[in-house]
Amino acid sequence: MTLSVSDVELLKPDREVGIIGYGAYVPRYRLPASEVARVWAGGQGGTPITEKSVPGLDEDVVTMSIEAARNGLVRAGDVDPALIRAVWVGSESHPYAVKPTSTIVAEAIGATPHTQAGDWEFACKAGTEALQAAIGFVGSGMARYALVIGMDTAQARPGDALEYTAGAGGAAYLVGPAAEALAVLEGSFSYVTDTPDFWRRAYQHYPSHGGRFTGRPAYFKHVVAAAQGLMEALVTEPADYAYAVFHQPNVKFPQTVAKRLGFTPAQIEDGLLVNEIGNTYAGSSLIGLTAVLDVAAPGDRVLLVSYGSGAGSDSFSLRVTEAILERRQRAPATRDYILRRVEIDYATYVRFTRALRE
Amino acid sequence: MRDVAIIGVGQTKVGEHWDISLRHLALGPLQAAMADAGVARADALYVGNMLSGELAGQEHLGALVADFAGLRGVEAFKIEAACCSGAAALRMGYVAVAGGLADIVIVVGVEKMTDALGPDATTALAMAADGDYEAAQGISFVAINALLMRRYMHEYGYSHQDFAPFAVNAHRNATNNPHAMFRFPVTAERFARARMICAPINLLDSSPICDGAAAVVLAPADAAHALSAAPIRIAASAVGTDALAVHDRRDPLVLDGAILSTRRAYEQAGVGPEDIDLFELHDAFSIMASLSLEAAGFADKGQGLRLALEGEIGIEGHVPVTTMGGLKARGHPVGATGVYQVVEVVQQLRGLAGANQVPNARTGMAQNIGGSGATVVTHILERMVD
Repeated sequence: MTLSVSDVELLKPDREVGIIGYGAYVPRYRLPASEVARVWAGGQGGTPITEKSVPGLDEDVVTMSIEAARNGLVRAGDVDPALIRAVWVGSESHPYAVKPTSTIVAEAIGATPHTQAGDWEFACKAGTEALQAAIGFVGSGMARYALVIGMDTAQARPGDALEYTAGAGGAAYLVGPAAEALAVLEGSFSYVTDTPDFWRRAYQHYPSHGGRFTGRPAYFKHVVAAAQGLMEALVTEPADYAYAVFHQPNVKFPQTVAKRLGFTPAQIEDGLLVNEIGNTYAGSSLIGLTAVLDVAAPGDRVLLVSYGSGAGSDSFSLRVTEAILERRQRAPATRDYILRRVEIDYATYVRFTRALRE
Repeated sequence: MRDVAIIGVGQTKVGEHWDISLRHLALGPLQAAMADAGVARADALYVGNMLSGELAGQEHLGALVADFAGLRGVEAFKIEAACCSGAAALRMGYVAVAGGLADIVIVVGVEKMTDALGPDATTALAMAADGDYEAAQGISFVAINALLMRRYMHEYGYSHQDFAPFAVNAHRNATNNPHAMFRFPVTAERFARARMICAPINLLDSSPICDGAAAVVLAPADAAHALSAAPIRIAASAVGTDALAVHDRRDPLVLDGAILSTRRAYEQAGVGPEDIDLFELHDAFSIMASLSLEAAGFADKGQGLRLALEGEIGIEGHVPVTTMGGLKARGHPVGATGVYQVVEVVQQLRGLAGANQVPNARTGMAQNIGGSGATVVTHILERMVD
């Protein structure tokens, strides 16, 4: 047998795997984009979203990851946490530069001590990168279950365009055997190049970005390539998918890329959360997927495409199973978190994000 | 002094050339101009550029571009005069050929700005102003132009909306120019709604930060017919200067450097404003277009805007300006702009301007302004054959 290029490029383990449980988390505080415009632009000009989520004073990527992980485990049912052989957290805002977020999360959910634990970094696709690794880990038989989290408390320089959108939140996924899955993986695909569109160096509080360069040669090129590559390898087309979720740094980019790929607004509507919670970076596409799993029907196909600056995209094709109907009831829905909302002003936001430093 | 002719031109589309380097950007139009001229070698290469050191970490462009273009060994320098670096490089090429020191000279203007972060580009551009007395006080280039525009509106009683015709005309012309950055029309209504940049200057008053390169090949006019089917004579090449800082000028609303530059060009060519069939002016901001029209003698003080309002700046108007889109819509890759302007005048005089052809164009003028008016280079070109 000869392998075609698409056989080589498609990421799929020999053993069938899927998502056993999923959980979302969004902090309760919301900063309207109009507040940023009021302070920095004299209230003039448009805003890229309506409002964004802001973490409370006692929240960080560790606490938020634990919240999402617990929701995921509740949905997975009676999985013994000791059988979770990997806890991997992707984020741009790990509280420690050296010391894993993942060990704290693993300890909190009872997965220690016989587990892998590691923090992943690839800008906004650190979570999906970890998801692919978990798929391989479980698919190879090295682990029965692996827990993957994409979570961020995104940073933005005060007054920068990113400040309108840099939000907080994310999602956790427990990967396991397909027989136990609420959504079975059909295949994954990656497209990665060295494209410096957005970065933050060590000891810097806030990221830098290349302005318009973050668009065509960065987000659009990689998202389109990852989505098209996956659909070509699987011989699927947009009409085969009930839902599609794209990384969502703002409202316009995912809408534009969906249209370019041939998806309808209806296909992306349920997973497009950025207008209400902002860009949750490593959590952005993954929490879009939890919102879709909250409403999808058995048999539905879902396309997920992340984007991480620097740059790359991971795409996933999932098929929802009957198990979704009962399991999604077991934990708060993504929309429950979105509706749990306390509006704050810019001054409170400054306090919560510790933007005033000594 | 010998008469000098342009025997070849080349230009690349202005835009965001993220995928190629500065030297590569210069190469395309340089080779196109050499092919257009039918020459395989040159006696000298002059590179017009303002910001390569600041934004690309690269100076020494003369030898760099020469080597990359396969011209290793040729005399080559970079010429810098802020936003009129391109025309200044052409001026030096003209001097070399007119003085008999070189026969074939290539002039290429190149600028690569979009690889830098926006604030870094703004800071670099401020080097065109007076470093000690303007830039160090925190004023950016757009802010200087905003002050001039505000004063102009105050002195002569114009509204901001009165400036709309410059953007409307530039964008309309760029629609037909395959080398332009913004190939779409804008309306006066869209101008009224455009995002404010630095009051009263809005987005559509402003030329874009962009990348581009353009080139011309020069030869002695008496040899030009043998080398080119459509040579264009450089009837005048002239430079005028003024104080760098606006507050040091005789009158902030009078471009003395442009008056000097234009007067010298008219004298050299033996023409006046009434003989100019089209005028590629330096519309970095719409206020500069008004001030240029006045300095070049097309309108009295405070009346440059009147020409635009009366519809005289269109292709069929009395003074067609920005006939291929100008700095506003073709784009303003700073050190390349002056060469683009001249390439476009050549297109017009060759009758190859397509839908934007100025009828019976015989004499065209290009004026490139450095800073807010401290260096002004003017070229008048004439058709050599009918």
